[in-house]
Amino acid sequence: MLLIPCPNCGPRDETEFHYGGQAHVPYPENPNELTDTEWSRYLFYRENPKGIFAERWVHSTGCRQWFNMLRDTVSYDIKSVYPMGSKRPDRSPDGAPESGTASTGPDSTTTGSAAPSTSSTSFPSTTAPEGATK
Amino acid sequence: MSTQHLPEHPDFLWRNPEPKSSYDAVIVGGGGHGLATAYFLAKNHGMTNIAVLEKGWLAGGNMARNTTIIRSNYLWDESAAIYEHALKLWEILPEELEYDFLFSQRGVMNLAHTLGDVRESIRRVGANKLNGVDAEWLDPQQVKELCPILNIRDNIRYPVMGATYQPRAGIAKHDHVAWAFARKCDEMGVDIIQNCEVTGFLKDGDRVVGVKTNRGTINTEKVGLCAAGHSSVLAEMAGFQLPIQSHPLQALVSELHEPVHPTVVMSNHVHVYVSQAHKGELVMGAGVDSYNGYGQRGSFHVIEQQMAAAVELFPIFARAHVLRTWGGIVDTTLDASPIVGTTPVENMFVNCGWGTGGFKGTPAAGMTFAHTIATGAPHKLNAPFSLERFETGALIDEHGAAAVAH
Repeated sequence: MLLIPCPNCGPRDETEFHYGGQAHVPYPENPNELTDTEWSRYLFYRENPKGIFAERWVHSTGCRQWFNMLRDTVSYDIKSVYPMGSKRPDRSPDGAPESGTASTGPDSTTTGSAAPSTSSTSFPSTTAPEGATK
Repeated sequence: MSTQHLPEHPDFLWRNPEPKSSYDAVIVGGGGHGLATAYFLAKNHGMTNIAVLEKGWLAGGNMARNTTIIRSNYLWDESAAIYEHALKLWEILPEELEYDFLFSQRGVMNLAHTLGDVRESIRRVGANKLNGVDAEWLDPQQVKELCPILNIRDNIRYPVMGATYQPRAGIAKHDHVAWAFARKCDEMGVDIIQNCEVTGFLKDGDRVVGVKTNRGTINTEKVGLCAAGHSSVLAEMAGFQLPIQSHPLQALVSELHEPVHPTVVMSNHVHVYVSQAHKGELVMGAGVDSYNGYGQRGSFHVIEQQMAAAVELFPIFARAHVLRTWGGIVDTTLDASPIVGTTPVENMFVNCGWGTGGFKGTPAAGMTFAHTIATGAPHKLNAPFSLERFETGALIDEHGAAAVAH
């Protein structure tokens, strides 16, 4: 089970949270102008990286607040949590687009110097217990 | 009379050849779907100068990790057609492959626990019958007659209100299925290359012309991707994206027991499915872990929840022990239907998105995907399962029949 560092309540069991899938997927600015292909990308296509993934979680049985999290999809290590609406802390401020291609970038554990004043936080690795498999 | 000797240790069922520098077609992924595809390419289309590349060992991914349920009681016409074709192939394959993989048609029951479930189930039985799929609606008493260890009392949180039943459904020995396909492929000249990981693709413009691997570059005219949970990673290498999310899906077995469970029981609503393997283990699984993951493991509370559901439905399981749990990586789509067809890259084809239920589809995936690779166009059975459906909106929403992983 993941031990998820809620930015408001501190580390809590995964069972208190719900998953919200990929972060940084904005609603199209001009929905009337979208082609079928563009709609299809918005509705059905999400990044699916083997590595660092920016995703949303909500602390449903705690503070009920949404937040973003960077997590490694192989080791399940949580790299950082950061507020909704701020940029990915592992991408340079003028660099990668918010909803770019799947992450193949270096394994970054930055504390998010690019993030606005509400600082994002790095926590020690939290993974599912080793005994859970095999 | 001569003394009786123990039989010789059987020969290996397939060679372990070095990769050649070129093939007419390369299949990426040596699991059930990859092997079945190679088998039908060789048998139906005479393509024997082909290779199956497997980054680990043969059938060591989801083929080794599934709960082996085979059924075809899907709601929509497109799904019923392809899954029923698969079931018909399952029925003849042991003879055709000359290998008994113990396909046991012990039936599959899908329980209904709410009025909504009951309505959906009865509708699905009707749809199945119209599509020539064997299906029955059972009331709780008939459920009890078929599976006496099921608790049908009405004092549990989600009482059994009935079930759909497909008598021709069942289970098979997954490893033997892979070995059966591999042996026949090998006999027909297909190279099965293990420990061969694809690291990139060679392209000439929009056309794929080769595969880069950790064992050298292989030129090829056609590439078929059969990599389940890693499909997105391969697509990324080839320069396109797939509407796939990879999730951990866990399963577990108990220690061996006397035969107690005569059929296969699935429950969408309380999220568990249970059968008893030929050897005697109780085999259970449930839904995916909610988060994306490539770790081949999941969170323990998912196991705990499916055990709770299993013990409520089968009180005699309360004293059974979990022998082991494991996880696979499943490639889910938003309409719970697979993607089998062409890709934006010329001569590259994809078979993925089978999500939590790929094992049952193995023979039909192989047959239709082989047709697609050989002819460049989909077979009529897989034509509806194109990548384009996410643009046209012609989705095949099977969440009703596939709501719980299976």
